[in-house]
Amino acid sequence: MSNDQAAYTRHLRSRKIKELVAFSLFRLTAVIVIGSLGGIILFLFMQGISAINWTFLTDVPRNAMTQGGIFPAIVGTLLLTAGAMLVALPLGVASAIYLSEYATEGRILTIIRLGIQNLAGVPSVIFGLFGLALFCVFFKFGISVLSGSLTLGFLILPTVISASEEALRQVPATFREASLALGATRWQTIRKVVLPAALPGVLTGSILGVGRAAGETAPIMFTAATFYTLRLPGSPLDEVMALPFHIYVLATAGTHIEQTRPLQYGTVLVLITLVLGMCLSAIIIRARMRRKKRW
Amino acid sequence: MEAMSISDTAAEAARGLGVKAEKPAGGVHLTAWTERGDATARRFFTATALISLVIMTLIMIFLFQEGLGLFKTYSITDFLFTNEWYPTDEANPAYGILALIMGSIMVTLLSSLIAIPLGVGSALYLSAVARPRVREWVKPGIELLASLPSVVLGFVGMIVIAPFMQKVLDIPTGLNILNASFILALMAIPTISSISEDAMYNVPKEWLEASYALGANRWETVWNVWIPGALSGMGTGVVLGMARAMGETMVVLMVAGGAAQIPTSLFQSARPLPATIAAEMGETPVGTEHYFALFAIGIVLFLMTLAFSLLAAYISKRFQMKGSATL
Repeated sequence: MSNDQAAYTRHLRSRKIKELVAFSLFRLTAVIVIGSLGGIILFLFMQGISAINWTFLTDVPRNAMTQGGIFPAIVGTLLLTAGAMLVALPLGVASAIYLSEYATEGRILTIIRLGIQNLAGVPSVIFGLFGLALFCVFFKFGISVLSGSLTLGFLILPTVISASEEALRQVPATFREASLALGATRWQTIRKVVLPAALPGVLTGSILGVGRAAGETAPIMFTAATFYTLRLPGSPLDEVMALPFHIYVLATAGTHIEQTRPLQYGTVLVLITLVLGMCLSAIIIRARMRRKKRW
Repeated sequence: MEAMSISDTAAEAARGLGVKAEKPAGGVHLTAWTERGDATARRFFTATALISLVIMTLIMIFLFQEGLGLFKTYSITDFLFTNEWYPTDEANPAYGILALIMGSIMVTLLSSLIAIPLGVGSALYLSAVARPRVREWVKPGIELLASLPSVVLGFVGMIVIAPFMQKVLDIPTGLNILNASFILALMAIPTISSISEDAMYNVPKEWLEASYALGANRWETVWNVWIPGALSGMGTGVVLGMARAMGETMVVLMVAGGAAQIPTSLFQSARPLPATIAAEMGETPVGTEHYFALFAIGIVLFLMTLAFSLLAAYISKRFQMKGSATL
C-alpha cells in the first residue's frame, strides 16, 4: 500500500517537473525576444545620444557628409510620411466602412478580402518597383515626394484597413440600432454615430501603419529619395533626402564610412525615436482607451 | 471573441432593420433625398473597397509588363536555371538567377529555424504562463519589435554582429548568411508570435476546462488540448513570418554580403533576390535589358511570396477549428 503511495507521489512529482521545465523554456524564449529588443534599443541610444545636438538636427550636411546635420532628411521623412497618410487614411477608412458596415458574406467580399490579404504580403521592394514603373515612369512624376508618398500610402493601406475595421466593429450594435430606430438612414448612422465612436481606435491603429511608412527604405529608394541635396523640396515633384535612406547610404556607400560613424548612430537614433515614439504613443493611448471604455 | 460574434449577429440584425428602414410604406417624398444620399454612400464605399484589388492588379500588370520584356532577348530557362549573374558585362551580359534564388531560400529557411521556436515559444508564454501584469508589458514589447525599421536592424547587423562574428569565429567576413538570418528572424518573430497568440486566445475555454476536469495539470492541458486547438493559426503565423523574411530587403542588402554564388556554408555571403533588386535598380537606366531583368526578378519574388500568402490563407481556412468557437 505504501509502495503505491510512493509511486503515486513520484508520478505527481514527475508531472510537476515536466510542467516546470516546459514553462521555463517558454519564459526563456520571451526573455530572449524582449532582451534582444531592449538590448538593441539601449545600445543605439547610448551610441547615438552623443551625436545629437541642435546643429545636428537643424543643419544641412557639410564636408561630403562628414559634418553638419540631417535637417533635410528629417523634413523629407516627415513629408513622405504625411503624404503616405493622406493617401492611405481616406482610402483605408472608406474600405473599412464598407467591410464593417455594408458588406454581406459572398463572393465579392471573399475576393476583396483576398486582395487585401495578398496586398499585405507583397514585399516592400516590389512596391518600390511598382512605384517606379507606374508613378515615376508611366505617370512621369519622376523621382519625387509625390511618387514616394503614393507608393508608401499603398504599402500601408492594408494595415490602415484592418486597424480601422477592427475599431468600427468594436462599436456596439446597439448604437447603430438606436440610430436606425430614430429613423436615420444607414449613411447618417455611420457618419453621426459609428464613425465618431470608432475614431480614436481608427487613428491609433493607423498610426502604427504610419510609423511603418516612416521607417521603410526599399519603397522610396527608387521613387523618392536622393543621396544628397541641400535644397528642401519646393514642390511635390522634387526629390528629397530621407532618414532611412540616409542611414543606408552613410553606412554602406560613403567614402568616409568610419568618419561618419557618429553621424550614422545619430541618424539611427533620430529615426527610431520618431518611429518608436509614434508606435509607443499609439500603444499607450490604445491601452488607456481599453481601460476607460464606456461601453 | 465571443462578445464580438454576438455583436456581429446583432449588427446583422441591424442591417436587416436598415434595409426595411430604407423603404418605408409612406413618407417617401419626405425622405427621398436622404435615401438617395444613402444609396450614393453605399456605392461610394463599395467602390473604394475595391481599391486594394485594383492596386494588386496594377502591381501585377506593371511587374509582368516590364519583367517579361527580358524574355524577348534572353531565354527564360537560362534566367531561372543558370547561376551567372553578370548584368553589367558589356560584351556578354548574363542574367542567371539560380544563385540568387538559392540565397533567398537559404536565409528564409535558416531564419525561420530561429524564429519559429522563439515566436511560438513567446506566444505560449504570453497566453499560458505569464501573469496578466507581466503580459501587459511583454505584449507591446513584441509589437514594438515589429515596428523597428528594417534599415536600423540591418545597421545593427552590419556594425555590431558582423565584426563580432568575424572575430569570434575567425572567418573572412561577418556579412554572411548566418548573420542575415539572425536579423531576419528578429523581423519574423513578431508576426509569428502575435498570430500564434491570437490562435491560442481563440481556443474555446470549455476545452481547457474539460481537460482540467479530467485531472490534467496546466502543461498537460497546454500540450494535449491548447496547442492542438491553435495549431492551424500557428501554421498561418509561421507561413506569414517566413513570407516576411523572404521579402525583406534592407536586411539582406546590408548584412548578407552580396556575393552571387550558390552558398555551400552558413558563413558564406549570399545575394538574395530583394537585395539584388535594391542594390542595382538605382543605377540601371529605364528600359535596358538589365532594367527588365530586375523586374523579372521582381516577378519571381512576387510569385514566391504570393504562394506563401495563399498557403497561409489555405491553412487558416482548411484547418479552421470546429467547436463552440465556430458554432
